[in-house]
Amino acid sequence: MNPEPTFEGPLAPRKTRLQESWHLLKQNRLAVLGLIIFILFFITAVIGLILTSGPDPMFDPSLVRLQEKLRPPLSKPNLDMLQPDELPALGVYLFGTDDLGRDTFSRMLQGSWVSLTVGFVAVGISVLVGIFMGGIAGYFGQNHIYFDHILVVVLLFAAGALIMVGAPSQGLGLLALGLGYIVYSLWRKRISEKKVLPIWLHVLHKKAFSVDTLIMRIVDIMLCFPSFFLILTVVALLPASIYNIMIIIGLTSWMGTTRFVRAEFLSLREQDFVTAARALGVGDFRIIFRHMMPNAIAPVLVSATIGIATAILTEAGLSFLGFGVPPPHATWGNILSDGKRFIFDAPWLTFIPGFAILIVVLSFNLFGEGLRDILNPKLRERY
Amino acid sequence: MLSFIGRSIIQKIITLFFVSIVSFLIIHLAPGKPSQVDPMNPKFTPEMVERFRKEFNLDKPLHVQYLLFYRDLFTGKTASWKDNQPVLRKIWERFLNSLPLFIVGTILTWTLSFPVGIRSAIFRGGFYDRSATFFSYLLISIPGFFFAYILIIFVVNSFHVPVIGMETFGIGDPSWFRWFMDRVWHLLLPSVLGATGGIAVLSRYVRSQMLEVESQDYIRTAMAKGLPPEQVHYKHALRNALLPFVTMFGLILPGLIGGSVIIESIFSWPGMGRMAYEAILARDYPVILTVNFVSAVLVLAGTFISDVLYMVVDPRIQL
Repeated sequence: MNPEPTFEGPLAPRKTRLQESWHLLKQNRLAVLGLIIFILFFITAVIGLILTSGPDPMFDPSLVRLQEKLRPPLSKPNLDMLQPDELPALGVYLFGTDDLGRDTFSRMLQGSWVSLTVGFVAVGISVLVGIFMGGIAGYFGQNHIYFDHILVVVLLFAAGALIMVGAPSQGLGLLALGLGYIVYSLWRKRISEKKVLPIWLHVLHKKAFSVDTLIMRIVDIMLCFPSFFLILTVVALLPASIYNIMIIIGLTSWMGTTRFVRAEFLSLREQDFVTAARALGVGDFRIIFRHMMPNAIAPVLVSATIGIATAILTEAGLSFLGFGVPPPHATWGNILSDGKRFIFDAPWLTFIPGFAILIVVLSFNLFGEGLRDILNPKLRERY
Repeated sequence: MLSFIGRSIIQKIITLFFVSIVSFLIIHLAPGKPSQVDPMNPKFTPEMVERFRKEFNLDKPLHVQYLLFYRDLFTGKTASWKDNQPVLRKIWERFLNSLPLFIVGTILTWTLSFPVGIRSAIFRGGFYDRSATFFSYLLISIPGFFFAYILIIFVVNSFHVPVIGMETFGIGDPSWFRWFMDRVWHLLLPSVLGATGGIAVLSRYVRSQMLEVESQDYIRTAMAKGLPPEQVHYKHALRNALLPFVTMFGLILPGLIGGSVIIESIFSWPGMGRMAYEAILARDYPVILTVNFVSAVLVLAGTFISDVLYMVVDPRIQL
């Protein structure tokens, strides 16, 4: 039995940050609803992946039963026309069948995994690129890039291009030139006694622009492309595959994250705890990832949650236009796209995937907005 | 002011130059050749392909192709690979088709989202505000193509009017009133669909701007000295909340060409978006590149206009 401490020392906050966030989240019923739907969706997608893949899946999304086509939802299978192994696993067609007699429920299950992975992987890529670029721009932004560095990069790129185009001799020449310069400058910095630059290098070794300028101009350039059109172009040119779609959606949507992270880093790097860490001799990358990133992550999390919703919508749109995942594999977008031809005879083929996309995207949006409120310090003070 | 305009124009031209390089590289380095679009076509003999390549400079090195393409673009000589029509004229024709959609959609967006947003902000936390919030999320989240089908079924079943295309096929030469109503019905659905996302986003934005202004001290002062609430809301608050929206006039410019690929293909609307989509399918590089270039120009012009407008309306801003 410990006696009550009598001293009035500094007390830890009564609630941890997590408890406080949870308390705030509970106030926002729509956000809680979003979170619940999101968890259900996650579980469904994982179970769906397990049940619909493998050599002998429980729900076979690609089993064609031509005699059972366009059956409405909840209808019983016609027992005397089917082989025993063609029967749907639940004994009924829960969501009906499509024009080839495939079970829409199994196809929806299979498609949920596609939606989930596309959303998460695409946003993961865009957040990684965004944090990397934004972190560099915010933390190392004041450093300058020199003309000779640009020249070397151009040389190496030209060399690579020449080798790829089919002029290896000139390409190798340029490559040797570029690598030679890198070796020379490393040697000059590390080993050579003479610290004074030779005259001919002085001309080249001038400040061109800051790292920050470079990265923010790249962001500006990327923002000039109409995003859906760009994605459509690239997806149409590359071979159809789900990985290409994820990568392309990810690589065309990192600009917002970069801007957030850069803005946060610009203000954080002037704060005392960063100066203290630097004074202690902590390395740059440890400062960035251990000290600054946790403080800058809030807006990134919010935009990532909403980004998942956008990515799912984009993938559905691509599938709808016929550029999505190649046919035997079902996605919500291509179930809807196939079903639209029977919109009057078999409306469930349009409405089930449509509402599924709507509900999942809505849950991500609601949860993201709730998260934004929770992480907003102005609201936090009230409790 | 003048130095800002000069600097930003130079900066935007440099950006545009890099955009042109990047889009050119994306198109030309991607696997697949335009001559492979239709490999089963017996008319596509190797000699044909060779002539085709020569005709459109595809046998030259990449940087020469780049220079040739943009020289043609600026002198207006770029021709589509598919039908040999000048690209700029094609785009202009399609643009005229997309223009009514854009205008009606923009008018709908701007006239609907302000009342909704302002009312939500004034009655913050009330039933109206919460349902408006929920509906705007619903509209943001609904896939455009799915919403399009719901609306088509609803309109066709309850009003018995045609909605697909720009006008009823084979309508002939009806009286002007019938012609007009026909056009209106065809225009209505695609422009409503184009506006839904905009209404949802813009009304949220109006709401947050109004809330920001309504929490200022001078609003409390105005309320405290007994002014009628309408006057405080619409005269004191709204005028200041409107400031950021002036700049958004510049940012709607890119919407002119973006069009909606999906909505225009559902409604068979012969607009920009569909032309771009068909060009992608046919690997009609000149059309794709030109659409990309023009839309980049519009994005840059839009941001430029919005910067300048911001300086004009807000004397506190010095760039």
